[in-house]
Amino acid sequence: MASTTSIRGGGSADAVYKKSWARRMGPTGIIMEITKYVLLIGLAFSFMLPFYWMASSALKNDDQVYTYPPVWFPNPRLWNNFGEAWTIKNFNQMTFNTVVRYAIPATFGTLLSSTLVAYGFARVNWKGRDALFAVVLATMMIPFQVRLVPLFIIFKNLGWLNSYKPLVVPAFFASPFFIFLLRQFFKTIPIELSDAAKIDGASELDILFRIILPLSKPALTVVALFSLLGCWNDYLGPLIYANKEPDWTLALGVNGLANTLYESGMKTMVYPYLMAVSTIITIPVLIAFFFAQRSFIEGIALTGLKG
Amino acid sequence: MTAWIYRPTRLSRQEFRNQVTGILFVMPWILGFLTWTIIPLLSSMYYSFTRYDLLRPPVFIGIQNYTNFLTDDDFMTAARNTIWWVLLSTPSGVISAFLMAALLNTKIKGRSGFRAIFFFPSIIPSIVTATVFAYLLNIQYGAVDSVLRLLGLHAIPFLSNPDWAKPTLLLINMWAQGGAMVIFLATLQDVPRELLEAATVDGANTLQKFWSITIPMCSPVILFNMLMAFISGFQNFDLPWLLTQGGPNKATEFISLFLYRNAFLYLQMGKASALAWVLFIVIVIFTVALFRSSARWVYYRTE
Repeated sequence: MASTTSIRGGGSADAVYKKSWARRMGPTGIIMEITKYVLLIGLAFSFMLPFYWMASSALKNDDQVYTYPPVWFPNPRLWNNFGEAWTIKNFNQMTFNTVVRYAIPATFGTLLSSTLVAYGFARVNWKGRDALFAVVLATMMIPFQVRLVPLFIIFKNLGWLNSYKPLVVPAFFASPFFIFLLRQFFKTIPIELSDAAKIDGASELDILFRIILPLSKPALTVVALFSLLGCWNDYLGPLIYANKEPDWTLALGVNGLANTLYESGMKTMVYPYLMAVSTIITIPVLIAFFFAQRSFIEGIALTGLKG
Repeated sequence: MTAWIYRPTRLSRQEFRNQVTGILFVMPWILGFLTWTIIPLLSSMYYSFTRYDLLRPPVFIGIQNYTNFLTDDDFMTAARNTIWWVLLSTPSGVISAFLMAALLNTKIKGRSGFRAIFFFPSIIPSIVTATVFAYLLNIQYGAVDSVLRLLGLHAIPFLSNPDWAKPTLLLINMWAQGGAMVIFLATLQDVPRELLEAATVDGANTLQKFWSITIPMCSPVILFNMLMAFISGFQNFDLPWLLTQGGPNKATEFISLFLYRNAFLYLQMGKASALAWVLFIVIVIFTVALFRSSARWVYYRTE
């Protein structure tokens, strides 16, 4: 048994420790370690494969798409495909639709309403609070299909079809998932802070805005991220309410591009252009994920652990 | 609660103020609940007893919508596909998420990198998943089948053969279990180390420890993820719609697609509403069954 302090023949303690690692693990231990990493790397590889295929295919031309064996490293690399594919349909307009008309207003509404409602459920003591919260959670189990048709009819009667109002306005009424997330977080803030403020004469709103919110930046970031991501990825919502091409989101646009290319019958550059556009709309998700990895993952873990 | 026995007849001034404040804060949700949930639920119930094509006023037809389903082949196909999907995607998704989390929970270098790789597929837009896999699994030009051919095997008609379509969707679903995996990872780190150490001292091997300690300790979260998988399984729309359009040969025609078609393509709002209620009731039945069974295998640490 080598100890970390013994030094033999002038070698460093660290080196001796590492050398004995293999000896301490024993043959079965080493096999387990190797299997572990083989599994991990193999899985990681196959998980990333679709993304690599997407990005590399974006650079292909038709010859490289319809060849066998498959081309893994396109040569020449057609970087122009990205620009060309982007202009086939009005993707700039679609980006505007997705971000300015949908994601940002909806996220604003979500943050506003979810904060208020979560505060009411977390930091104010009132009769029936917990029972009503159970109802909030129960509504999460209602399948969207049950509300789909009547909501459509309501929005039709309001004249809100072919606009983003049906998607943005409900965000101002707080959705259960975000209420739950923020409530869990608000409950972790020590009650003494609220009590001290109340002694000083603060109202609940004061407490919310001056004490709770500044402490809640991580949770609010999670809510904002999830909301933005949800809007970016949303397909069915815009499909129903933003169906005309000028109103399309990017998700609808990519699908529309696919249909256009297939129907054109020419079959040229279908896959490269589709892959190019798909890559472009995945990049913001990748960037957001890199910058906010911890927020993302902690946010999801938060819902699962206390759920 | 002793309050049930002795109850003040009036709220104190502070309690009354709290009551009003609480309800005011929660008002946005209450209003939303009434407008976007209660009213639609009730009208949906009403429409399900009518024939309504949006152009003419709804016509009351009693339970015809419901009885028609019994003789509707398309409905039966959609129902069968949906049940198949829910019963298979829930365990396969949850198990793969749990195993990935367990693998990540061991002593490895670069855990956050691997975790990121396994998590990322779950947050990309569904249209991207659909277009990429449409190409990747294409029987002629896709990478997967080309590799299979290179290895001397038969190319698999992932998306063009009715028998392969649903299993293919199942595999893609397992690829996108990052969310559940992350929840499991957090739970796994909560398993009491003393129990595992005590077991090691008693001579338990890794598998025994996993099966008898880790899994029971995680069972509440396993139940939670199963419930979530269930509910989203019944609502599965994006990928079958975008990738296979319900085909080939209606192999991937799930209830949600069937409903969408009836509502927005055939303009049969009444039929669609009835469909939604059938789905709702089935979900409730399945959920109750799941919870009933949970008493037998879920271990809550507080008991």
